[in-house]
Amino acid sequence: MLSETIKSTINGIRHQFPTEQALLLPLLHEIQNVRGWISPEDMKDAGEFLNLPVSKVREVASFYTMYYLKPAGKVDVQVCTNISCWLNGADKVLACAERKLGIHAGETTKDGRFTLTQVECLAACGTAPAIQINQDYYEEVDERGMEQLLDQASRDLDAGKTVGKSTQKDGVWP
Amino acid sequence: MNYNNEHFEPVITPNVTVPGCETLAFYLEKENGYKALEKALKMKPAEVVEEVKKSNLRGRGGAGFPTGMKWSFMPSNPVDANGNPKPKYLVCNADEGEPGTFKDRLIFTKTPHRMIEGMIIGGHAIGSNKGFVYIRGEWHKEIRLMQKALDDAYAKGFLGKNIFGSGFDFDLVIYKGAGAYICGEETALLNSLEGKRGEPRLKPPFPAQVGAYGMPSCVNNVETFAAVPYIIDKGWERYAKMGPERSGGTRLICVSGHVHKPGVYELPMNLTINEIIEIAGGTKGGRLKAVIPGGASAPMLRADECDVKTDYDSLMKAGTMAGSGGLIVMNDTVNIVEATYTLLKFYEHESCGQCSQCREGSHWLARMFKRILDGGGTHDDLDYISKICANMAGQTICAFADAVTGPALSSVRKFRGEFEELVTRGGLKGIGRHESVSHKLAGAHV
Repeated sequence: MLSETIKSTINGIRHQFPTEQALLLPLLHEIQNVRGWISPEDMKDAGEFLNLPVSKVREVASFYTMYYLKPAGKVDVQVCTNISCWLNGADKVLACAERKLGIHAGETTKDGRFTLTQVECLAACGTAPAIQINQDYYEEVDERGMEQLLDQASRDLDAGKTVGKSTQKDGVWP
Repeated sequence: MNYNNEHFEPVITPNVTVPGCETLAFYLEKENGYKALEKALKMKPAEVVEEVKKSNLRGRGGAGFPTGMKWSFMPSNPVDANGNPKPKYLVCNADEGEPGTFKDRLIFTKTPHRMIEGMIIGGHAIGSNKGFVYIRGEWHKEIRLMQKALDDAYAKGFLGKNIFGSGFDFDLVIYKGAGAYICGEETALLNSLEGKRGEPRLKPPFPAQVGAYGMPSCVNNVETFAAVPYIIDKGWERYAKMGPERSGGTRLICVSGHVHKPGVYELPMNLTINEIIEIAGGTKGGRLKAVIPGGASAPMLRADECDVKTDYDSLMKAGTMAGSGGLIVMNDTVNIVEATYTLLKFYEHESCGQCSQCREGSHWLARMFKRILDGGGTHDDLDYISKICANMAGQTICAFADAVTGPALSSVRKFRGEFEELVTRGGLKGIGRHESVSHKLAGAHV
């Protein structure tokens, strides 16, 4: 069942859009925000809530890379390896995260704390290499920076804090 | 800085390094904010469109289509089958994701009101009362900042009902994407905005006839909207004069890769690529080898071809394109086959899969480049790459397939020697290089 909070959030923006289906992306974002991923059960509920067949929900949810269709770690470390980041050593940064977490990109640690994802361009090419930890961007990250960020995330998890929920200050601009 | 262009002045970024420049108070006090909107609302919509047409503003998302002309395609009084008036929608494409491009993010974080003002003026020009800002979903912070900027604009009455007492109403709503490069293509974006898969639509019908939610719609880039207040405020002539014939104003050039001072630079279009690299501190870590001048999809240029000006027409004559203004600089330590493979892997992942030429073609190209890097390539492969590209470009619903062939074909044509060396000497290992970690993981996505 979708929680009342999720339902009221979506009902609150309903008047802004001409169709029910337009609410599908916002709804999926909201479900993931609350639950951490989108389960088959969630998709069924989302379809019922927006009067859409579940197949429609599934075809949309599976199209976009930001939706997790299986449980992800509490901290998703997303490393851009596209051209400008790659030219500035992103593969070393990724390798460093793989070593430190003991997993390959695309995998989640056994304890369910970290997921490591190789992502496409984050539009932060001027401050490459760029990574995103949950919602937060970190730019000009080298191997040392990656190690520090992972250590910090680990400490925050131990202390029961939320990690990477868009709290950081402005990015670096020249 | 003297750019050897007496007419040049920054249009979008005059104050982006000043602390607090993103606030509404700063925009109103220091940048004459929303004065252009007040002026535009006293003009007839057709006059605003005419002003933008004459300014020679061209779309900054990549295609470079004249903005005034795009606005003029919007029907004036569309009605449905029962004769009832149809709403018209104005959409801002902020799904920035073309590798090498990061200018929209600068506008969002440093001068959001310029874009908002441009959109409201655009709404008046095309007769729309509702706009959507489609923002890529990864930008949590930018979405928050934009929402704050919209709230501030509503509070001051620049958005909402009866703006400046003109009787004109305009609402703006943020729509958050969910991670798909293809949604930067305008019809894919419209599908995504409707809560569907971001798959490009066949044209015609064009968005001006059947756009968002089946209604006439117009989609423009963030930078395009951000240039509009200047044009209305200072007049089309001043804007047009800054650029060459048929292309007015300045451009936000995003310099990344092997330069000492990467970043977004607002520049006149009469500068050459070499001059821009100098402005960005020069090539670092080696000598200049190649440049991708307009985002990943633009065919690359060799170092000896970089004495070309960066306006739309000059770059087109040079066989490449101005695209989204993403200038990626590579030094001579880069293996071009490897760099191109990095891009092809991206395209393979991001193809929406509707058209088989693109879905299969981008996959096969990535595979072939990988095989060459791994030492399993043959001399025939190089011709085969060209053949695959010929079956992709111009054969599909949208321009994605053409974009894939940009880096693939230009790399083979301009750096054939490097391909041949890899083929004869057994790949990267044969020439004493280690393969990138990131390459081993091709397609490794959650």
